[in-house]
Amino acid sequence: MNGLADFLAMGGYAAYVWPAMGLTVAVLIGFVVTSLRRLRRTRRQLAALEAARQSTRARRKAAEGKP
Amino acid sequence: MQRYANPGRFLRLADAILPWAAGLAAALILLGLYLGLIKSPADYQQGDSVRIMYVHVPAAWMALFCYLTIAAASFVALVWRHPLAHLVAKAASPVGAGFTFVALVTGSLWGKPTWGTWWVWDGRLTSVLVLFFLYLGHIALFTAFDDPRRGQKAAAILALVGVVNLPIIKFSVDWWSTLHQPASVFRLDGPTIHPDLLWPLLVMGLGFMAYFLAVLLVRVKDEVLSARLRALALVQAGV
Repeated sequence: MNGLADFLAMGGYAAYVWPAMGLTVAVLIGFVVTSLRRLRRTRRQLAALEAARQSTRARRKAAEGKP
Repeated sequence: MQRYANPGRFLRLADAILPWAAGLAAALILLGLYLGLIKSPADYQQGDSVRIMYVHVPAAWMALFCYLTIAAASFVALVWRHPLAHLVAKAASPVGAGFTFVALVTGSLWGKPTWGTWWVWDGRLTSVLVLFFLYLGHIALFTAFDDPRRGQKAAAILALVGVVNLPIIKFSVDWWSTLHQPASVFRLDGPTIHPDLLWPLLVMGLGFMAYFLAVLLVRVKDEVLSARLRALALVQAGV
């Protein structure tokens, strides 16, 4: 238990070491999360637009085939 | 639209590399944190505050490496008009700004207990702050014009002009020896840092490189698909 407390104390430099580690990890994780979220959103929009195009095309084809 | 008609090869390549880069990044960064925070000894003068080095120095390396990537991509984009190159530059820029921000703040957190001050207008610190502003300007230029192609071109020119800042950063510690210490890893006469401290640093540096590659691939993929989305939306609107 003492080992953990010593580790967290960082020889008296806890106030400097842990914010530095925390900020670095937060920025690294932040870019992963936002980049993946953006990619997923773009994929969704693209799929929706492609589906809309398909249905427009199908409708036009059906309209042309009628007369 | 035809300009983006052949990103299929890039997307396939990106999907093939991505899991390896992401896995390598996670493994190396976790190993680097373990080595840096637990395994490596405290410095005999700086005590445990020296552990900030294991994130500060790799972040600073990446701040420069991301900028080099952007400059190289911008050069390719301007000279050969490769459509993917602008997208790489755009995708890399916020990540580079993030690494620069981390280098600045962790440097400040290391400077306070070591130098007794959060900040000085030292040559190294100032030139890295300039790098951070270059990144912000580069990011802003992409959206500064109605025509995205004009924004891409302006950003590419800024990126290439800003390259003069890189040697200034590298040699700032020799030209103005005020507070920041000179190079101790990439030296002609070899590193002057003890192997116990050098290893975690190198592991973390490689981890950050793999991380950058993985995140960059995801972001370029998003840029490629976004370009396709815009082109499709234009076609759709024209119907």
